[in-house]
Amino acid sequence: MPFINTSSPHQQNQSSVPDLMRKVLLALIPGALACLYYFGFGVLVNIVIASATALASETIMLNLRHYPVRRYLTDYSALVTAILLALALPATVPWWLTVIATSFAIVIAKQLYGGLGYNPFNPAMIGYVVALIAFPQQMTQWPVPQPGGALGLLDVLLLQLTGTLSDPAILDAVTSATPMDQIKTGIGLNRTIGEISTGALFGTVAGRGWELVNLLFLLGGLWLLWKKVINWQIPVAVLSALFFWSWMFNLYDGDLYSSPFFHLFSGGTMLCAFFIATDPVTASTTHWGRLIYGMGIGILTFIIRNWGGYPDGIAFAVILMNMAVPTIDYYTQPRVFGHQDED
Amino acid sequence: MKKPSGKLWHFKGGLHLPDHKDISTQTPVQQMAIPERLIIPLQQHIGEPAEPLVIAGDPVNKGQIIARASGYYSASIHASTSGTVIDVIEQPVAHPSGLSAPCIIIKADGEDRWGKRPPHQDYKKLTPSTLRSLIREAGIVGLGGAGFPTFIKLNPGSKHHIDTLILNGAECEPYITCDDMLMRERPEDIIHGLIIMRHALQAKRCLVGIEENKQEAYDTMRDTVHALGVEGVEVIMIPTLYPTGGEKQLIRVLTGLEVPHNGLPLDISVACQNVGTAAAVFDAVEKSQPLISRVVTVTGDGIANPGNMQVLIGTPLQELIETSGGYTDQVQRLVIGGPMMGYTVQSDQVPITKTINCILAASEAETDTPDTHYPCIRCAACMDVCPVSLLPQQPV
Repeated sequence: MPFINTSSPHQQNQSSVPDLMRKVLLALIPGALACLYYFGFGVLVNIVIASATALASETIMLNLRHYPVRRYLTDYSALVTAILLALALPATVPWWLTVIATSFAIVIAKQLYGGLGYNPFNPAMIGYVVALIAFPQQMTQWPVPQPGGALGLLDVLLLQLTGTLSDPAILDAVTSATPMDQIKTGIGLNRTIGEISTGALFGTVAGRGWELVNLLFLLGGLWLLWKKVINWQIPVAVLSALFFWSWMFNLYDGDLYSSPFFHLFSGGTMLCAFFIATDPVTASTTHWGRLIYGMGIGILTFIIRNWGGYPDGIAFAVILMNMAVPTIDYYTQPRVFGHQDED
Repeated sequence: MKKPSGKLWHFKGGLHLPDHKDISTQTPVQQMAIPERLIIPLQQHIGEPAEPLVIAGDPVNKGQIIARASGYYSASIHASTSGTVIDVIEQPVAHPSGLSAPCIIIKADGEDRWGKRPPHQDYKKLTPSTLRSLIREAGIVGLGGAGFPTFIKLNPGSKHHIDTLILNGAECEPYITCDDMLMRERPEDIIHGLIIMRHALQAKRCLVGIEENKQEAYDTMRDTVHALGVEGVEVIMIPTLYPTGGEKQLIRVLTGLEVPHNGLPLDISVACQNVGTAAAVFDAVEKSQPLISRVVTVTGDGIANPGNMQVLIGTPLQELIETSGGYTDQVQRLVIGGPMMGYTVQSDQVPITKTINCILAASEAETDTPDTHYPCIRCAACMDVCPVSLLPQQPV
C-alpha cells in the first residue's frame, strides 16, 4: 500500500492566507458602504477599476514569474490591496489614475519584490503615494459628502471615465478639499480651528460623513480583532499615539491644533490603524516591535498632518515605518527560553 | 519538604490542540501474539549503535543479550523471544530518512523460552552505581520518544546532585495514549519504578505531572500513591497545552525552573523520566526482565479498531495493524509518533523499536494537504505559540 511522504505537523491546518484575506475583505464592507453612502458611486467605480487592474496585473506578473496563477489569485491578497487603495483614493479620480496607482502597487511594490509575503512596503500605500506625488490636483478633490452622494451615477461615470460632467458648472459645487485640508489652509490664513469648523463640511467632532466612515472601519477592525486576524498592539499604538499628541497640542493651543477626536475620526485614521498598519508582511511582528511601529505611525501621521505638505500623513507614515521594521524587529527580540538576559 | 501545593508555572506560548485521545482508550491494552519474524535494529537509542553478539544460525533465548552497548552513550539489545537468528543485515527501519539500518532478524520458535536471568535483589540494598549497571544491562532507554540511555540520566556525577525527580505522564502529543493506558493499568509498577529511580538518584522529592485531559490516569496514580503510602511523591494535574510534555516545558511548569541554554536538567538539580521508562525500570529490577516489549498506540481514521498493545520490540508494524483490524479505506499516510513530532514512513514492514510510542494511520480528512501552503506572510502565529520565544517569521 503506498503511503504519502510529508513532514509534520500531520494535522488539519487551522488558518490559511486566503481565509485571512477573506476576513479582511469582509471587515471592510461596513466602512466601504459608508463611503459609498456619503461619497457616491465614485467609490464603487474606484473599487471596480482597482480590482480589475489588480487581478490583471497580478495575473501577468504571476505568468512572467512562472507561478501558478489560479492558486495565487485566489489568495485574495491582490484584491485586498486593490480595495484598500480604492477606498483611499478620492471618489472623483479619473480611471487612468486608479489604473496607474493599482498597477504600480501590484507590479512594482509587490511582485517585483518577490510577491506575496516578500514586499517590504505596503503595496496599497506605495500606489497611493505615487498617485499623490504625480497627480496632486486630482488627489486632493473629494466629492462633498452627502447622503446618497453629490453626483448621480451618470455624472460619476462621465467624470471618472471622460473627465467631463453633464453640466460642467456644478463641478466646484460637488467637489471640495477634505475638512483636514481646509483646516490646514485656514490655519495658514490665520483663522482659528473654531472658526474653520463652523463650515458646512464639519460634523460633531470631525468631517461630516468622515465620522461615520471612520466609525464603521473601527467596527470592522474590532471584528478582525475578535476573530484574531489582527493583534491589538498595532491599532492601539497607532490610535493612542495619535490621540496623545493631538491632545497635548490641542491643550497647548486649541485654536491652532485640532481636537484628538477630530484626528481619530478624520481621513484614513481607522482604515490605517486596523487594515493598513496591521498588514503583517510589512509591519513589525514582535510584541514590543508592534507597539513601537504603531506609535511611530501615529506620531508621524500627527506631524505630517500638522506641519507636512500633504493633507493626510498616513501613507507616508506607514511607508516610513515600513523602512524601520527590520531595525525595530532586531532590537525587540524576546529572551529565548533558557538564555540569560545579557545574551 | 517543599511542596508545590497547587502552584504551577507557565511557559510562553503553547497550543490548544484537539487531542483525539478517546479513539484509542476505549479498550484495555491488548497483549499481541508473538510474530513469526522479529526485526531488531541495532540502533534504537541516542548514541552509538549496539555491536551484534550473534550471527546467522545462532539459537537465542528470550531476554538474551544479542547486541552489546558500544561505549558509554549506547544501549544493549535483547532478544524479544526465543528462536533462531536468521541474519544480521540492513533492513528498512522507521527513520525520517527512509534509509535502512543493520538489524538482527530472529525467527521465533513460539516457545517464548526465557534464558538465564539475573537473580532478584532488593534494590534498597544496592548502591546507586550497582542499580545503574543493572538498568544499563537491561537496555533501558527513555521510552517517551528520544531514547536517551536511562542509566546516564540516573547518574548525576560527583559535581551535581538531584533534588527533584519528575515523572513525565503529560503525554501532550495528540492521539497518543500509551502512557495514559499504562498509568491506568500499571500504576503500582510505575510508582515502584519511580521509587527505584529516586533511590538511584538519591533525590529528595518526586513530582508526577499528568495533563488534565487524563482524569482517569490522574485519579488512578494519585490513589495508588496514597494506597502504597509512599512519602515524597506528589501526583500533579497540569493544564493540557502542547508541548507541556516536553522535558523543558514540564520542568518549567512543575518547578518554575528553566533548563539553561546548552545545559541539562541536571544543571538545575532536576531529572525527568517518562512513565513508560519507570515501568521498564520496575520490570528490570523487580522481575529481571530486560526491555523487550513496550506499549504502542495504533490509532487514526485509517485503522479499523484503534487501541493500545503490548508489543515485542522488533515486531513489524504490519502485524500491529492486522491485529487492529487492518486499514480502513481512508488511510493516506503512516506516521510514527504523533501528528506534531511524528514522521511518515513509506512501508509498514519496518519494525517497532524501543522509542516508537504510536502508529498513526491518518486519513486525508484529519491531516492537511501539503500543496495548500502559501508563502509566509509573517502573521507571527508561530511566534505567538512558540514555547521557547523564537521568532520563526523573521528572515535570518
